[in-house]
Amino acid sequence: MNSPSSPAARALSVVGRRMGAVRTDWRAHWLSYLPTVAFVVLATIAAVSSPDFLSEGNLSNLFRQIVTNGLISLGMLTVILSGGIDLSVGATVALAGIVGAGLLNVLPWPLAVPLAVAVATIAGSVNGVLVAGFRLPPFVATLATMSAIRGFVYVVSETPITPTESSFREIVASSVGPVPTVAIFMIGCFLVVSLFLSRTTMGRAIYAVGGNEEAVRLAGINVRAHVMLVYLISGFFAGIAGVILTSRVGIAQPSMGAGFELNGIAACVIGGAALSGGVGSVRGTFAGVLLLGLISNLLNMYNVQAYYQQIFMGALIVLAVLARRKEG
Amino acid sequence: MSQVDAPAAVATVPRLEMRGIGKRYDATVALHGVDLVVQPGEIHAIAGENGAGKSTLIKILAGAVARGAGTIKIDGVETELPSPHAARQAGIRVVYQEFSLVPHLSVAENILLGQLPSRAGGMWIDWKATARRASAALDSLGFDVPDVRRPVKSLPVSQRQMVEIAKAMLERPRILVLDEPSAVLSGGDLDRLFNAVRALRDAGTTVLYVSHRLDEVFQIASRITVLKDGGLVGTVDSASIDQPGLVRMMVGRDLAEIYPPRNASVGAPVLQVRNLSRSRVFSDVSFDLAPGEILGVFGLVGSGRTDVVRAIFGADASTGQMTLDGRPYRPRSPGDALSRGIAMLSEDRARDGLVLQLSLRDNLSLAAFPRMSRLGVISQSQQHALVADEIAEVGIRAPSINAMVRRLSGGNQQKVVVGKWLLRGARVLLLDEPTRGVDVGAKAEIYRIIASLAERGKAILLVSSELPEILGMSDRILVMRGGRLVGEFSRSGATEERLLAVAAGVVEGAAA
Repeated sequence: MNSPSSPAARALSVVGRRMGAVRTDWRAHWLSYLPTVAFVVLATIAAVSSPDFLSEGNLSNLFRQIVTNGLISLGMLTVILSGGIDLSVGATVALAGIVGAGLLNVLPWPLAVPLAVAVATIAGSVNGVLVAGFRLPPFVATLATMSAIRGFVYVVSETPITPTESSFREIVASSVGPVPTVAIFMIGCFLVVSLFLSRTTMGRAIYAVGGNEEAVRLAGINVRAHVMLVYLISGFFAGIAGVILTSRVGIAQPSMGAGFELNGIAACVIGGAALSGGVGSVRGTFAGVLLLGLISNLLNMYNVQAYYQQIFMGALIVLAVLARRKEG
Repeated sequence: MSQVDAPAAVATVPRLEMRGIGKRYDATVALHGVDLVVQPGEIHAIAGENGAGKSTLIKILAGAVARGAGTIKIDGVETELPSPHAARQAGIRVVYQEFSLVPHLSVAENILLGQLPSRAGGMWIDWKATARRASAALDSLGFDVPDVRRPVKSLPVSQRQMVEIAKAMLERPRILVLDEPSAVLSGGDLDRLFNAVRALRDAGTTVLYVSHRLDEVFQIASRITVLKDGGLVGTVDSASIDQPGLVRMMVGRDLAEIYPPRNASVGAPVLQVRNLSRSRVFSDVSFDLAPGEILGVFGLVGSGRTDVVRAIFGADASTGQMTLDGRPYRPRSPGDALSRGIAMLSEDRARDGLVLQLSLRDNLSLAAFPRMSRLGVISQSQQHALVADEIAEVGIRAPSINAMVRRLSGGNQQKVVVGKWLLRGARVLLLDEPTRGVDVGAKAEIYRIIASLAERGKAILLVSSELPEILGMSDRILVMRGGRLVGEFSRSGATEERLLAVAAGVVEGAAA
């Protein structure tokens, strides 16, 4: 080991190696852009092969459709980063949808929407209590709440609820230029969560909890509070997704949102998140959401059966994980 | 580099003959032109610093890594070793540091895995015979594992290592490779292991012993192959070289003084511990610790030394009185301890000290967020400045502050943990095995850091099972055995023999 001993020499060696690091990190960087690259390539092919793809109607439709999965994935990402998983988000979407639709019929939307989201956040806090407080494995805890919340939704209303209130519907349906307002809102959420995870002490602690809980505890940080927080965030975003979805389709079904949790997990994994925790990014998740949305949009446009979409998603998950494996 | 020639080998066919072994990972050369020749029934040590290429060489032998160049002959027959399975077929068995045991299965099942005694044509497992054979196997090796029906995960690490080794030995391999087996063993366990290894050699097995603990290498091996920076330095008879000579071969320079001079002025006690106890783990531990002082705590595995440190840090509950700066100190969590200026460096840095998936910047910041954030938002510039200063202070060598911690060497990782606590502003440092798994060069650097911390007025509790480290670093030395303090020595009054005798309970410790 020929170690430079003076501080100056040491600093030089740091600089020297930093330049070398550009080369060695290149592969890792390239891989982290893989979903984005795939998205651009697919979108280019689509634009060239079909004039319909770039039509305003289709694009705004594409953006509208990815909002639900986008918001769910964002919450899911924080949970996955902490080393957990949230299977209950699909049921929470239905909870917020049904409660929101019911409230919208009796309250003005500025009250009804936040209340519905609050109910969903409370559902998330139940997960938080079970995982952080009672130390249940996240998979088991959220499997239980997934079933319980879904049951609760049917208890609240066995039949679909149609919100008659119109001003919130109009907001959800509105656009700024060609871009739907809800898509702008979603992108805003991604930016906020991105800053939260990269620039705040809580965000960094969430990453660290997923990487090594014991090290975080010994660093004097409250692990339970952070675990609690990620399930609150997940419930919160699932709630917003549920209310927006209800207003977009104009009806809340107690069966809505089934399987959404899996799409959310898929977007995170395609975007580079590791289910073991501590690894993943908002940017990657965004790319995962876009990619999944684009594939579904394209297959619709070419009138391919919906079942093929699921095959594609499966293949994509496997490819995404395999492509990263070599990173070491 | 002076090439030390191997003594003329006896005119037999070597059990293992590796010639010109090379291996590169992308652009990095991990191994080049390494020769290793081992005779039947020989105990042969492989020595070298971390990163010297020891583990790559072993992985090639184990079939876990494909070699890039060279030939391997076993008993004179050229062999390919394309897979771990092939290596096992060829009679090579490697006991790695990371255990290959199934934690939830019993000791007996683990030992006999794949060859469980069965009845009725393999339908039913004969559990009684399983337990009997496993116990017999452990007994014959002189290993002391109380109940072979207990799940492996309930055993302390040292006993797990014994089970692991017993499992390998039972297979009576032609070549047994032990990779740093002593990392978690101490004292009597190690003696038993050595006896078992010698018995195995006498029965015809060739043993490759990989270690960075030089005293062990001299104790057990008849010849030593030294690697450095992926290349071969030479193979020597252990009788023809002494420890400083071997260190010179390994490091490439003299490390006459790896312990820095100590000239700290010791002040009035900052931490006073009185009758600290934890039910069935340790009891009535009392001592004072002063700023500028390095207080060594020596004990064998299981003496309770780590538990005392964890209790002072608030990681485990305890009873008794402690005062810090003259005020009562009752930590209920590590957070309490940290806010009073007490930090701990745990003996298992990967488990307790580092978040391997995150960067150097994140790991160093983890305990010091309040210093670099306002209202929970981290100031990037403040963080960058603090982290860069800390990297310079403890001398971490890394490509950038965003480098992944898992890509750093063991010595640099350990410096990250130290730096994390310094950034937090700790005044009392509890260091538990600060140099475990670290090579000689990095050790010297860590010792320098510890000494300079003491000079700057930090109070340091140094827990170690390595006697030279305790003797080289401490101003005062406490000895623990069976959960109690059994002796106290001044620096001048302590010798390896006296400390070991007290720690092992051969003599009662006198307050010197």
